[in-house]
Amino acid sequence: MIPISWYLLLSAFLFACGVTGFLIKRNIITLFMSIELMLNGVNLSFVAFATNLGALDGHIFVFFVMVVAAAEAAVGLAIIISVYRTRETLNVDRVNLLKL
Amino acid sequence: MHLFLFLFFAAFCAGGAVNLLIQRKTINSALSLIVVMGSLALLYLLLGAEFVAVVQVIIYAGAIMVLFIFVIMLLNAGEEEQSKGSNVAKIFGIPSLFGGGIIGIWVLLQHRPEEKLLPIGALYGPADKVGMMLFTKYLLAFEVTSVLVLIAIMGAVVLARRSDS
Repeated sequence: MIPISWYLLLSAFLFACGVTGFLIKRNIITLFMSIELMLNGVNLSFVAFATNLGALDGHIFVFFVMVVAAAEAAVGLAIIISVYRTRETLNVDRVNLLKL
Repeated sequence: MHLFLFLFFAAFCAGGAVNLLIQRKTINSALSLIVVMGSLALLYLLLGAEFVAVVQVIIYAGAIMVLFIFVIMLLNAGEEEQSKGSNVAKIFGIPSLFGGGIIGIWVLLQHRPEEKLLPIGALYGPADKVGMMLFTKYLLAFEVTSVLVLIAIMGAVVLARRSDS
């Protein structure tokens, strides 16, 4: 028997790690991975609350979050490849124009 | 036993998340993210969410991370360049981060309601129930999601295409 707050603490920790990585990292691919980490943290709290409340709606929400994450990764990585072709760098500090 | 399993996989999860932050090479960060996702799938199983655990392994660890690693190897992303951090951020940021964290935890502990203990191993979220709910209560959202995926496919194809043709 494990209290729900432990799961929520782990979820908050994952989310905080994602935010920190998003702020301190300079590689654009690592930034994307930090976003995935944040989404995973939120998913964990969804599932923990679903188990706590005895309702399955949380699982459905996690499913939708995963689909959106997959779509975001596909489009985002395509954008990264397109930026890399013109800029020849993955450092976000050097990608400072909206123009490709 | 359950407590041990939870602590084991939670430690893996937290360690992977921290490792993602401290690694300098992108491929190492990606591999530690896979560790995080795998241990999260096992935590979902402990919470009784079979469907979510399997989908986590298939979609996140299987599809999304393969895409990430594929792009990392395609673009030959090596060591990360370090940019100059500002001193203000170091002087004020780190203490305020700790201070804010401690205040937040203290406030949360003050207002803690009576909490239920989660029974572990009582699998109550099997795939058939989740599927029934997905196709009845959340049918509209499901269909909209399919349109989103279609748009994402087209967007990825258009964006990654060479424009000099």
